[in-house]
Amino acid sequence: MSGAAISTKPAAGAKVVVEPAGPKPRKLTITRIGVYAFLVISAIYFLLPLWVMLVTSFKTMPEIREGYLFNWPREFTFEPWIKAWATACTGRDCNGISPGFWNSVKITVPGVIVSITIAAINGYTLSYWKFRGSEIFFGILMFGAFVPYQVVIYPLIIFMREMGLFATLPGIIIVHTIFGMPILTLLFRNFFASLPEELFKAARIDGAGYWQIFFRIMLPMSVPIAIVAVILQVTGIWNDFLFGTVFAGRENMPMTVQLNNIVTTTTGTREYNVNMAATILAAAVPLAVYFISGKWFVRGIAAGAVKG
Amino acid sequence: MARRRIKINPMALIGLTPMIATAVGVFVICIIYSIVLSFTNSRLLPNFEFIGFAQYERLWETPRWLISVRNIWLFGFFSIAFNMIFGYLLAVFMDQRIKQEDAFRTIFLYPFAMSLVVTGLVWQWIMDPNLGFQSAVRNMGFTDFRFSPLTNEATAIYGVIVAGIWNGVGVTMAILLAGLRGVDEEVWKAARVDGIPTWKTYLFITLPMMRGAFITAFVLQCVGVVRVYDLIIAMTQGGPGISTQMPAVFVIQHISGRSNVGLGMAAATMMLLPIIVLIAIQQYFAWRSRRRAAGIGAAVATLPQAQGVKAS
Amino acid sequence: MEHSVSVKDLSLNFGAVNVLQSMNLDIAPGEFLVLLGPSGCGKSTLLNCIAGLLDVSDGQIFISGKNVTWEEPKDRGIGMVFQSYALYPQMSVRKNLSFGLQVAGFKKEEIDKRIARASEMLQIEPLLDRKPANLSGGQRQRVAIGRALVRDVDVFLFDEPLSNLDAKLRSDLRVEIKRLHQRLKNTMIYVTHDQIEAMTLADRIAIMKSGVIQQLDAPNVIYNKPVNLFVAGFIGSPSMNFINGRFENGTVTLGGHNFDVSRYEFETGQGGTAQDVILGVRPEHVVIGPGVESQPCQFEAEIEIVEPMGAETVAWTKLAGETFTLRTNSETAPQTGQKIRIGFDPIRSSIFDAQSGTRI
Repeated sequence: MSGAAISTKPAAGAKVVVEPAGPKPRKLTITRIGVYAFLVISAIYFLLPLWVMLVTSFKTMPEIREGYLFNWPREFTFEPWIKAWATACTGRDCNGISPGFWNSVKITVPGVIVSITIAAINGYTLSYWKFRGSEIFFGILMFGAFVPYQVVIYPLIIFMREMGLFATLPGIIIVHTIFGMPILTLLFRNFFASLPEELFKAARIDGAGYWQIFFRIMLPMSVPIAIVAVILQVTGIWNDFLFGTVFAGRENMPMTVQLNNIVTTTTGTREYNVNMAATILAAAVPLAVYFISGKWFVRGIAAGAVKG
Repeated sequence: MARRRIKINPMALIGLTPMIATAVGVFVICIIYSIVLSFTNSRLLPNFEFIGFAQYERLWETPRWLISVRNIWLFGFFSIAFNMIFGYLLAVFMDQRIKQEDAFRTIFLYPFAMSLVVTGLVWQWIMDPNLGFQSAVRNMGFTDFRFSPLTNEATAIYGVIVAGIWNGVGVTMAILLAGLRGVDEEVWKAARVDGIPTWKTYLFITLPMMRGAFITAFVLQCVGVVRVYDLIIAMTQGGPGISTQMPAVFVIQHISGRSNVGLGMAAATMMLLPIIVLIAIQQYFAWRSRRRAAGIGAAVATLPQAQGVKAS
Repeated sequence: MEHSVSVKDLSLNFGAVNVLQSMNLDIAPGEFLVLLGPSGCGKSTLLNCIAGLLDVSDGQIFISGKNVTWEEPKDRGIGMVFQSYALYPQMSVRKNLSFGLQVAGFKKEEIDKRIARASEMLQIEPLLDRKPANLSGGQRQRVAIGRALVRDVDVFLFDEPLSNLDAKLRSDLRVEIKRLHQRLKNTMIYVTHDQIEAMTLADRIAIMKSGVIQQLDAPNVIYNKPVNLFVAGFIGSPSMNFINGRFENGTVTLGGHNFDVSRYEFETGQGGTAQDVILGVRPEHVVIGPGVESQPCQFEAEIEIVEPMGAETVAWTKLAGETFTLRTNSETAPQTGQKIRIGFDPIRSSIFDAQSGTRI
């Protein structure tokens, strides 16, 4: 009885009528094909620029001038990469994009650490040590998440200049801490709010104080949210352009700014292969973070998006 | 117990000092300072010679600013509309039990990991009239093919829109997909028993259920649009001519190179307006849903939280 | 075909996991069948297969004599009610009821007629223009039932419809569903993990475990003559007392007690053979106080814990080293520490094979 019971119509000869049994036979319907076609075409649109970047960066200039944008390089050359890293010129300096890379590292590493530490303390305090007014400050901070940077940038320049922090490494790190604070604080506040309050109460009864509870109990528990925050901040700070242009100064120019300078301030012929190699180099760190972190990255977006 | 809350723990105050300083110092004082400067005739450095609304009058007579405003509406409308429609379509198609879902998600989302500078430079290269997409298609034999939006004042802004959508659609898709996955599975079953076709279910049943996710994605896009700066600088530098000027670029130009701080701050103050309207709308919705939640049978919150739906 | 719903050799696997194992089930027209079991036993899965919401791995499903194994849910002639109500939140109650009919292309008069009938039956007329968010849980579930009702079908499927309601509403709506069944006389298949719902509603109960139906019988049969240890333990609260012992010559010996069980009705109809057994006695069938002397089986024990529950009281004691509970009227309840005489009648008890767990 199990399996398909097949009955043959005697008169119809070869025609076999299958009595429905077991799983419904899957048909490759037109809708199904349409779904995949749509997704594949979309995927091509998204992948195209990456492909173009890669193949261009390995081509020689004569080959690029032939105008076959999508073709695989005929002669494979690493020359553009070396040049982009070490000798490409921005104005008078011809050190490639490598100083920008190290500047970005110098900005990103302390920037991530400082901003996340402060945000974690904020979230912890706002969740467990509310006092009259703390919610108001938080509300103002949330407002700051939506404010166009241009509205606060000029007064901030004045302030930084007065403090002697303008165009310095600490200055740009402070700026990143300020503008990362709204989202990160929200992230940590929501996280701590989701922990059982009994945990905090139990620690209080055990006699632990503000910092003890933070360092001994809350911080070790907030590893997952800290990972999300790190992903958010590493990509955010590394990809920043506006603050880098305004606040970092010539000495600490981050990679994005230097990349833009290399590409746009060319004298003579434009070296597209070098430009694309430099572009890939500038995108490499956040892309690596993205591919390694995978689902965590999506989680970070959703967490950051909750502010809406 | 209630009295303890009011008493401020000194340590808590110390811990919150950076936040209070930022909230008050940056997001209150700096904004007020900017607004005040917009009523002065500050040039390179701030001064306090008040000249009333003269800067605003000047602003609305400056072609550069008028183009910027036109562009931000154009850019905002098209990029948000496309973003939402394309994003929802992608989310819906991704929801069809696609075996390679993870691969597709990775592909749709990776542009967001790249900076807008990188996005702008790559698309500028693709849209290069001599060696880019246009010449590649012409070399295939379509010799009349034309695709070089960035060289034409009338079309340059659309070139920027294409790049912007490429960068941001994946995020919208991810938020809306999380929203779709948050829809009660039994609603889907009920719709199937009722014989409602899949596309109707997506359009008339799940779409209205995802208002929270849509608002989230929409607000995110709006903030991005008002802030758009890097993309313009990398892709067109505001050109050709001033055809792709944006308010954010306008402000930076006036506080740096053009050293007309008063005018720049007037423009910055104008930029603040739409955001304030947006926040007001959002607050209204939040207030309305709070009021609704206070009624009988609070509706389940629908904000997509990738941490997963907590069973309560 | 005389069966309303008929399941033949149905199997379902998710990968290597067998959720349902070659199941056979015939349901008569107008019957109220309850699928009962612990979570994960496959009862909801079976219902979803009947509804067509899950593709089966093997076997066939017939509804009203038609082979519907490959049919879409809407073409199976079923209506379904869900645990989470699954109402379309942004549509009014009226729209919720009519949407499926509109899509199916019914005329407006016909739709109005059906909505009028269903809303009258469920007393939801005043709610028709409200949104689901403005309804209480009980009202929402009425609307969900109404949505199944307007489809005018022969078979109703209920997937734990009362589990999200509080206790009071649950018992109200339970009666309502029973009344509805009496009025409509449709076939109803009802999934629940609540034995009270099962006992009160069902014409027959199918008790499931690990994708297999353990017993399919009328509620009183399941209660009085459970076929195995699982069914015996699952039905009844507090659950049945089980004591290990040895059966020989009409007597069960356990821990020094010898109980004469010659009155017990063996499944074989004869006296039974000598073997290790598990004796099952329901707490409510235990007698203490004046009537105890007339009971064929008696023993003396000390009461350890007493749990008063209002109308009745549950007392905990030990028999042959194992926990033994009994339920009595609160007025005659024993005290903690009291030593009393306890009796029961083997004709109301169950005896299971100690190895296989099946009733002998």
